[in-house]
Amino acid sequence: MSAPAPGPGVRHVSLRGGVYADSVRLMQVSRDVGAREGVRAVLVAMATPLNVELATGMGLAPGEPASPEQLLVGITATDDDALAAAVAAVDTALAERERSRAAADAPPARTVGAALHDLDGASALAVVSVPGPYAALEAADAVAAGRSVLVFSDGVPVEQEVALKRAARQTGVLVMGPDCGTAIVSGVALGFANVVRPGPVGVVAASGTGAQQVSCLLDAAGVGVSHVLGVGGRDLSAAVGGLATLDALAALDADPATERVLVVSKPPAPSVAEAVARTAGSLATPVRSAVLGPGTPDLTAVVEALLADLGVAVPDWPSRPGRRGAPPGAVLKGYYSGGTLADEAMLLAAPVLGDVRSNTPLRPELDLGTDLSARGHVVVDFGDDALTVGRAHPMIDPTLRLEAIERLTASGEPAVLLLDVVLGHGADPDPAAALAPALVAAGLPAVVALVGTEADPQGWSRQADALAAAGAAVFASNAQATRHALDLLGAAR
Amino acid sequence: MNLLEGPPAVVAAGVDVFSAALRAQGAEVTDVDWRPPAFGDPADLAALALDPRRAAANRTAVERVLAAGSRLVDVRPAREALGLTDRTLLHSGPPLTWEAASGPMRGALVGACLFEGWASTVEEAEGLLASGAVALDPCHHHSAVGPMAGVTSPSMWTWCLEDPVNGGRAYCNLNEGLGKVLRMGAFGEEVLTRLAWMRDVLGPLLARAVRSMPEPLDVRAVLAQMLQMGDEGHNRNRAGSLMALRELSPALVALDAPSADVAAALRFIGGNEHFFLNLGMPTAKLAMDAARDVPGSTMVTVLSRNGTEFGVQTAGTGDRWFTGPAQTPVGLFLGDYGPEDANPDIGDSAIMETYGVGGFAMAAAPAIVRFVGGTVPDALATTERMYQLALAENPAMAIPVLGFRGAPTGIDVLAVARTGWLPQINTGMAGRVAGTGQVGAGLVQPPRECFEQALAALAQEARAATAV
Repeated sequence: MSAPAPGPGVRHVSLRGGVYADSVRLMQVSRDVGAREGVRAVLVAMATPLNVELATGMGLAPGEPASPEQLLVGITATDDDALAAAVAAVDTALAERERSRAAADAPPARTVGAALHDLDGASALAVVSVPGPYAALEAADAVAAGRSVLVFSDGVPVEQEVALKRAARQTGVLVMGPDCGTAIVSGVALGFANVVRPGPVGVVAASGTGAQQVSCLLDAAGVGVSHVLGVGGRDLSAAVGGLATLDALAALDADPATERVLVVSKPPAPSVAEAVARTAGSLATPVRSAVLGPGTPDLTAVVEALLADLGVAVPDWPSRPGRRGAPPGAVLKGYYSGGTLADEAMLLAAPVLGDVRSNTPLRPELDLGTDLSARGHVVVDFGDDALTVGRAHPMIDPTLRLEAIERLTASGEPAVLLLDVVLGHGADPDPAAALAPALVAAGLPAVVALVGTEADPQGWSRQADALAAAGAAVFASNAQATRHALDLLGAAR
Repeated sequence: MNLLEGPPAVVAAGVDVFSAALRAQGAEVTDVDWRPPAFGDPADLAALALDPRRAAANRTAVERVLAAGSRLVDVRPAREALGLTDRTLLHSGPPLTWEAASGPMRGALVGACLFEGWASTVEEAEGLLASGAVALDPCHHHSAVGPMAGVTSPSMWTWCLEDPVNGGRAYCNLNEGLGKVLRMGAFGEEVLTRLAWMRDVLGPLLARAVRSMPEPLDVRAVLAQMLQMGDEGHNRNRAGSLMALRELSPALVALDAPSADVAAALRFIGGNEHFFLNLGMPTAKLAMDAARDVPGSTMVTVLSRNGTEFGVQTAGTGDRWFTGPAQTPVGLFLGDYGPEDANPDIGDSAIMETYGVGGFAMAAAPAIVRFVGGTVPDALATTERMYQLALAENPAMAIPVLGFRGAPTGIDVLAVARTGWLPQINTGMAGRVAGTGQVGAGLVQPPRECFEQALAALAQEARAATAV
């Protein structure tokens, strides 16, 4: 190390505790920082008597007594800017961990924490779909590492959800879920999500299939989404208090790619609705809400209103005509895989048909119990937790729904079938392959809400054509599909 | 929020359909090799994972460990250094009664009674110990550690180390060498003769030499150097012992003591490749004691065995011991000794693993792996596994073959439960019959019970403190 050139210059000398690096590493740091422009001399070394003497000889003597446990940083530079940059470069170099993993010998990470540690600084998030009792463990790893996490698992105790979301708020990250099935983050689809074109609308969703419906319609209208942030079905309950919804709103507000925000949910707890409305009103980004409840606009209507906000013409939502009319005395049989879509169908049907019974009823007295083949107007949500214990979600495994169609046909009850088929990542790679023959065999008039995009792996048109060939009427909008089914029933009465 | 700043890399734990979908999109995906936790009530595990104090508490605890220094400041008899009174013996591991003591522990306790002159025959010594006339107490209750039986009596000289950063002190007796030695349970004439020489000649020489050194020896720096030289600091201390010899020699020679005594001392130190172990252990003890009593921390502060039980303490539960039956090590045997001759696990020396070296730094010591019955890839894999149990990497303890990555430091009880991987300990093996001495060396793990109890206690404390 050369002695500093005489003449004016600026100096930094500091002693730091609690830092240790071996001498070779420190010599490397000294050399690298010393090579910077405007830096005349550098000594980064443990403050041993020898090194302090060396520093003194370089005109970098510490102004206080030094001990060998301390790290001595001494720099001379031509001006303040070069000096500040050099000090920052020392900090950066010391923070860098030397890594070269013997990859072949390294066991794979057993926890989210270990896997995030290995990624080492990359922009990352975690997706957790382990059994519910253990989901908080893995999610807490992500939060502790300062990473956002999507928790697909259900069966997570609500107090654990609250603890996770509180910790996330402190760390400045987002916990999506538990029981969150859908998110799109910067174009990366997590869980069940569609291939939606990039666009200006950010979606916050307490409902997975609701988010898929609105994002697919936005895609069909040529608008697209910036991000879709799921928050989990319980987020807007009084217990959770909308913690993730409020954080997601703030995140989208700060996101330059997001010009409009759309919140999709079932009716929140009143106290929470107020907090969300207050936050939404305070954002610079305009917020619209699709709250699925009695007397509120359906999801398609809210998307259409949003398109009007954006000055975009509402397109004819994609559809295919069906081939069958309803038999006399027909009833509505809604067999759904998406809970929010089932709710929307019931909300639209109830004013026309009267009571619709369900395993996820609008009112408790309409509960079907376990008898899913009850006669009369019925909407079944096959994705309900009670029906997915020990089996895959109906978006992946259609068995239960296909059995129900067979049983309905066998019962001879005249009916119009109303179904949803949800496309996208994670879903059945070719749902029409099993459903179309089942519809042909059933011989019943069928109406399908086909939620997806052309870019989805299954392809909206390909699936629509296959289902239409089986005689079904197909709609990209669940609201339109439901109204069409109601029209068929009306015509039959 | 950093969430929306460009396409993220994804870490996925659980069903593989989602990672497959992510890969199909061209996203960067890391799959977690997830499996249910090996033990622990799910509610307990969640209570700890969600304890809002935990992250900061563990950071505090492990930062104290990483910051701790270690200076050799003195050598004094245990009577003075530890205030050890007559008729009191310290031993390794968690608390122990004479009735429960194993062969080598009994042998060492008997030998210490003979050495102190409290008894003149083995039978008399056994009588004193059985009657409770000689009190037993763990080294760990006195800021001390001892390898194998760890038996420390008032007249034995102890290394006195100081942590200049956190201000703690730690103590350890002097290493006697290999073969038939007190710490392995031998108490024959040669053992007692050697202990007397250590008391009368070696101890005083070392005390004078250490006090005369211009700067106290930085023991942590020697430990760091050892890892660069093929030692792991528990079962292999060759380089460290030679460095200790190098550091002590000039001061010993300059004492103006009888040259025959100095020569004997130098020969003794140079001939004992575990001489440094008794300096490394209190160095680790200083660091781990600095992390004691951090509420909410799930970091292990003690791993220790008394030949009958294995004991664990954590930063979040103070001085409470969590114990289970000590396991018998697996490894290689000296001469014609075999597995049936080996005593269950014994010694405070697992403080090295608690500190992140020893078995945790196996990758640094390829020369040891065959002796403990492994291969070089095993050694690398062991250290890699231990990283997943550790809260931090210790930059002061760099492992050359891993690109100078710091040793995995600070065992997290929660990580042990989640991975089911128990801490890996390199250890010597004592003969199970009192008086035998060392029979081999190998690998051992703590019993899972210790961690099950620690987890339950930490969870209970977390619930009480946070009402989660």
